[in-house]
Amino acid sequence: MRVGVDVGGTNTDAVLLESDDVVAHVKVTTSNDVQAGIVEALRELEGREPDAMSAVDAVVIGTTQFTNALIEKRDLAPTAILRLGLPATQAVQPFDDWPEEMVSALRARGQLLPGGNEYDGRVISHLTTMALERAVDELLANDVRAVAICSVFSPATPEMELTAAELVAKRAPRLEITCSHRVGRLGLLERENAAALNASLRPLARRVVSSFESAVAELRLKAPVFISQNDGTVLNTKTARELPVLTISSGPTNSMRGAAVLSGVADGLVVDVGGTTSDFGALVHGYPREAPLSQEFAGVRTSFRMPDVLSLGLGGGSIVSGDGAVVGPISVGAALERTGVVFGGSTLTASDIAIAAGKASFGQPALGEEIDMTVALRGLAGIRTMLEHAIDAMKLARGDIQLVAVGGAAFLVDDQLEGVSKVIRPLHYEVANAVGAACAGVSGSVDRIIRYEADRAAELQSAISGACAAAVRAGAEEDKVEVVEVDDVPVPYLEQAMYRLVVRAVGPLASRS
Amino acid sequence: MTEVWTVDPDDLESIAIGAGILGTGGGGNPYVGKLAARRAIREGHPVRVLPLGAFPDDGLVCTVGGMGAPTITIEKLASGDETVAALRTLERHVGRPFSAIIPAEIGGGNSVEPFLVAAKTGLPVLDGDGMGRAFPEMPMITYFIYGVSPYPCAVVDDKGNEVLYPAGVDADWLERLSRGSAVLMGGHAGCAVAVMTGEEVKRTAIGGTLSMARSLGSGVRAARAAGRHIVSAVTGLTGGRQLFEGKIVSVERRTEAGWVSGRMELDGTGADRGHVMTIAFRNENLVAWLDGEVIITVPDLICVCHAEDGEPVTTEMLRYGYRVAVIGMSCDEKLRTRQALSVVGPRAFGFDLDFVPIGAAP
Repeated sequence: MRVGVDVGGTNTDAVLLESDDVVAHVKVTTSNDVQAGIVEALRELEGREPDAMSAVDAVVIGTTQFTNALIEKRDLAPTAILRLGLPATQAVQPFDDWPEEMVSALRARGQLLPGGNEYDGRVISHLTTMALERAVDELLANDVRAVAICSVFSPATPEMELTAAELVAKRAPRLEITCSHRVGRLGLLERENAAALNASLRPLARRVVSSFESAVAELRLKAPVFISQNDGTVLNTKTARELPVLTISSGPTNSMRGAAVLSGVADGLVVDVGGTTSDFGALVHGYPREAPLSQEFAGVRTSFRMPDVLSLGLGGGSIVSGDGAVVGPISVGAALERTGVVFGGSTLTASDIAIAAGKASFGQPALGEEIDMTVALRGLAGIRTMLEHAIDAMKLARGDIQLVAVGGAAFLVDDQLEGVSKVIRPLHYEVANAVGAACAGVSGSVDRIIRYEADRAAELQSAISGACAAAVRAGAEEDKVEVVEVDDVPVPYLEQAMYRLVVRAVGPLASRS
Repeated sequence: MTEVWTVDPDDLESIAIGAGILGTGGGGNPYVGKLAARRAIREGHPVRVLPLGAFPDDGLVCTVGGMGAPTITIEKLASGDETVAALRTLERHVGRPFSAIIPAEIGGGNSVEPFLVAAKTGLPVLDGDGMGRAFPEMPMITYFIYGVSPYPCAVVDDKGNEVLYPAGVDADWLERLSRGSAVLMGGHAGCAVAVMTGEEVKRTAIGGTLSMARSLGSGVRAARAAGRHIVSAVTGLTGGRQLFEGKIVSVERRTEAGWVSGRMELDGTGADRGHVMTIAFRNENLVAWLDGEVIITVPDLICVCHAEDGEPVTTEMLRYGYRVAVIGMSCDEKLRTRQALSVVGPRAFGFDLDFVPIGAAP
């Protein structure tokens, strides 16, 4: 049995899952005291299934607290970047392209030191204990509390970062240390930025993760706590304290994972139709496809593994023009129950025309009969075209694909759509997010640059074993780890052909036994 | 003729956007180069851009740029001194100081590198380049096509290793030798090459391209801010035209001797519904066929942009489902001569085709 908890801005949802089946689910209002909200949700769940709770193997919590801390720029620690790479990398300094407000929120400081590796593993320059200690002393003198260590080519060659981290810890045991190879891939600035954001969240992460553990302890659950991260897998509490930045954007991921589990669809598209937007994602082997490009977060360029999401300004509250020709992107949002036609209001919304056409039934459907049917049908045809365009844009190949529709306004999605073989509306779609948290697996990955003429099969095998071993180290069940992504991208402009090999493996959480 | 102007951070932003579009799918991303140039300008000399015509005939100029693989340069960032050191090495060899520098290519990452060198040395940058777009190889630079010697050339790395090529056979050999050095140096190096007098640079360079990239970029930014149609802004500013509007339905990619080659297929949308476009690329976009007929080839420019926001789509980013506009632009006359076409025409890239300029097909 698993418990999944989704701490949202408005509601905290909790579900109890027996393998992939929802046994019970509850919804409570999120209060300022997040821990109290989680305790309340868990108590309600216990009230529904008093006997089941003792059999819970794991509690997985999805939270937006770290995302919000960065967006609102609060609870962030004074942070420094130590970059190892001299004499290379000086052309662009740490924090060069950060927004002013973020630089001051982190009281950001950057230092360049010798170190780093070339693409083929050769050393750029040697790290010296003296230079590092001098840098650390200066950081301490400036009240820095967290430090991000970023060495050139560390995703391929992490040793230099690890050595530096040991030396820093010895000199300054109370500094919070983040090594960049643990939070990002190749692309120095993006990885360094992610490491700095992570470093700044570390003190908050200690408090938040402890509060989760206390909440679960309060219920006298013996189950370990896990936190969901943005690739659809989980972090144990130790790793979550170390790498809180990996939880950024876990919300959309959890809802896609939940849709996959509830519908049984492993490869296909998911659309979450809410009040204002429809968010499309793609499932590959049951996990969300990652966005291909650098993502900006809080104005900072990063290389987070964000899910590839396409948002359309189309939801249940989208305003429909008088002739039905234009739907959205403006929405009445949560005011639908006051302003919508079927609620006695005067604003024509997407929900109203769907009710008029008999595709849904809530509010006072009789009021919907007043709506001009030509307008309703024109509006619905427009919605259909918008959805079909988005579906087409999210597909990776020609041919029809399955679509899982979740969210409160999923009724806007027609059963027959161009490019879609089947539309699936699973049961319990309203708690897809908490279900996704509960079902998350554990992952590991490898990212290296390899010579083209090298033994490709051997290189691939070694990368696969590396990724699987990383997943098992993170808590996955050894026998059930699967490779979910193999990507080899040629590296252009080199006489000697090289390619970049990325392998990711995922397995279910090993159960307690 | 354009005027002398001083480069500010805003200009850099615009030039980077313009350079991305003129990169026609390749050329590398100017993002890191832009940040490096911005820092160098803030800390160093103000950078002046001179029209070619304002440069004295007996002045001495060379071209400077970074050399290497973009996948590596986004990880091992430049020290910022490599290219300056390459310039100094070349200067020592020539025995006479340079009085200006000029970009090799306006498309992609190397459009902004000369600004960094200019900020660190105080030299002005000439308003022009050797391509008016992006190409993958040194022999495709107009300076060399029109007789400037590719030797001497200096290649210097972040650690201070200097390699000088005082003399050699031709630009093909220099390309091979210097790229080999750059790989040994860790996949990235600074390069200074094409020593020219004022007379030579005026005869062989494509003029006004920095001003052009700047106005293209600032036009795109203004259109973006005002919510206007970006593709029309691009065609309006470049004299180009939209060749096709469609959706990428297949991408085929392979690596050949360090180049990423392939083809994309587009299904028409809107006014082009029912039509199909195929575009072949090798780092840059090279040839486009509309319903099986060639309608434009290299050296004319084929730019693939996102239909909504006008962001250029590089050949590394291509994927199924992108809705794009294909914009064609005339290249400079200097690339259209017989002499130039033998180096930068479709046959030079392995196509059994003659040059088809934009608008020539029926």
